Amino acid sequence: MAETVAIEARKLNFYYAGNIHALKDINFSACKRTVTALIGPSGCGKTTLLRCFNRMHDLYPKNRYEGEIIFEDKNILSNEIDLIALRSTVGMVFQKPTPFPMSIFDNIAYGLKLKGVKKRSDLSEKIEKALKHAALWDEVKDKLNDSAYELSGGQQQRLVIARALAVEPEVLLFDEPTSALDPISTGKIEELIVQLKNDVTIIIVTHNMQQAARISDWTGFMMLGELIEFDKTDKMFTAPSEKLTEDYITGRFG
Amino acid sequence: MPILQKKNPVDFSFSLITALASFTVVLLIGGILAVLVRESSLSIQKFGIIKFLVSTDWNPVTESFGAATTVYGTFVTTVIALVIAIPAALGIAIFITEISPNFLKGPIGIAIELLAAIPSIIYGMWGLFTLAPIMAKYVEPALQKSIGKLPVAGMLFQGTPMGIDLLTASVILSIMIIPFTASISRDAFNLTPAVVKESAYAIGATKWEVVKNVVIPYSKLGVFGGIALSLGRALGETMAVAFVLGNKHEIATSLLDAAATITVTLANEFTEADTDMYLSSLFYLALVLFVLSFIVLAIAKFFLLKAERKYSR
Repeated sequence: MAETVAIEARKLNFYYAGNIHALKDINFSACKRTVTALIGPSGCGKTTLLRCFNRMHDLYPKNRYEGEIIFEDKNILSNEIDLIALRSTVGMVFQKPTPFPMSIFDNIAYGLKLKGVKKRSDLSEKIEKALKHAALWDEVKDKLNDSAYELSGGQQQRLVIARALAVEPEVLLFDEPTSALDPISTGKIEELIVQLKNDVTIIIVTHNMQQAARISDWTGFMMLGELIEFDKTDKMFTAPSEKLTEDYITGRFG
Repeated sequence: MPILQKKNPVDFSFSLITALASFTVVLLIGGILAVLVRESSLSIQKFGIIKFLVSTDWNPVTESFGAATTVYGTFVTTVIALVIAIPAALGIAIFITEISPNFLKGPIGIAIELLAAIPSIIYGMWGLFTLAPIMAKYVEPALQKSIGKLPVAGMLFQGTPMGIDLLTASVILSIMIIPFTASISRDAFNLTPAVVKESAYAIGATKWEVVKNVVIPYSKLGVFGGIALSLGRALGETMAVAFVLGNKHEIATSLLDAAATITVTLANEFTEADTDMYLSSLFYLALVLFVLSFIVLAIAKFFLLKAERKYSR
């Protein structure tokens, strides 16, 4: 394989509070500058896996990891990891658009300010860059000081992507980013994701198999907390090696 | 749908009873307002509206009455109580919603509700026998030694620390309104969607930054509503304040002076009101309080409604 691995889970097990075993011995990796999709029926653990990569589970008590996730030569599951720093290099975009209760400008400036960017001119420059990157600049350049809530759902989602991009992450995690959007907005976001892989490593959870087939280079199929099959997307959707995968993608269950 | 359903007799009588109960409330409010206006008409005719509100005279002997001293006392105690209560209440609400481990959330929540359930006369007795001596002996001398030495702010802490004064009354009031503000703010904070908070954490915000930039702005209107409701409660509180305020009709510049609020004046002086004009002026004072409370409540409702509409979108 010529591609270099950006982030890798080794024998990862995850337990929710109350000892619910949600991920079982996951071995998974995402290569630099690729899009990796996670598919599988509801409750299979794909979002749970995604949320391990930026330690989102730590926000709630009594969740427990076992195994390793290697990112930039370090095990990010170790206790010495600075979660704040980790989350600014491993960004996340959620299912529903989550603009903050402030202006469009401030929404993007927020993450930058947290990273210590203070000068107004630097902020403006980076914000313009991020908005252009997220293909939103032309739509909002004249109303940067309006509330972010005034944007449409699709625009809000692109704003959130711009916000995540502004802090220049290495990895961007997408948790079903288009499930709350109409087909046109969905198309725009998909185009955007394909473009973004020139700069960041992308892992995307999706319910929509066509979406996974359209935009991803690699696909992982999960069921009941296990990673059943993980391969190049072309191969997964044409000649899967596992019977379960084939049944799922041909629509026999799920 | 018509208010009264005529078709079914059980439905009809049920609707009738509920409707009657509801209209009684409206009638009562109208009735109370009418009585206040009628009883105070003598005083209204003599002093007018503006003159009554700005006059600092409260002299039963010469029958010259004005509301300025008591409105001032009400205003000062309420404002200081809010200044003390709001940070404490917001702190409590933030702790319960964002910081406290789950097993502590219940007990603290119940303790706060119990604080709200204590009858105000008990606060008054506690204030007179416990808080006032502590204020006189320790807190007020300490304030005089520190802030009292400053040029402008120092004016607020002149005089002999007696413990029966504006400051003590405000502290008691603040303790009484903390539970209200805290529990309404807690409910408002809880309206912030978890996923918005998560996305702030996801770009590397700390807990404090999430609370400051996401949770508080998100729930601003709800918190304002809570504060306005507490303001209403502070305006109307009588018994707790009556014990520790001293009932003195003067505009005091120092917080260590005794003063009077509208409610305390009403409670203390109805029994002494021997002339028609005196009695009528007390009713007039009550009318002023009624209108003030009404305005405050209207403001509170406005914010709460606006908050609701914002989140239901």
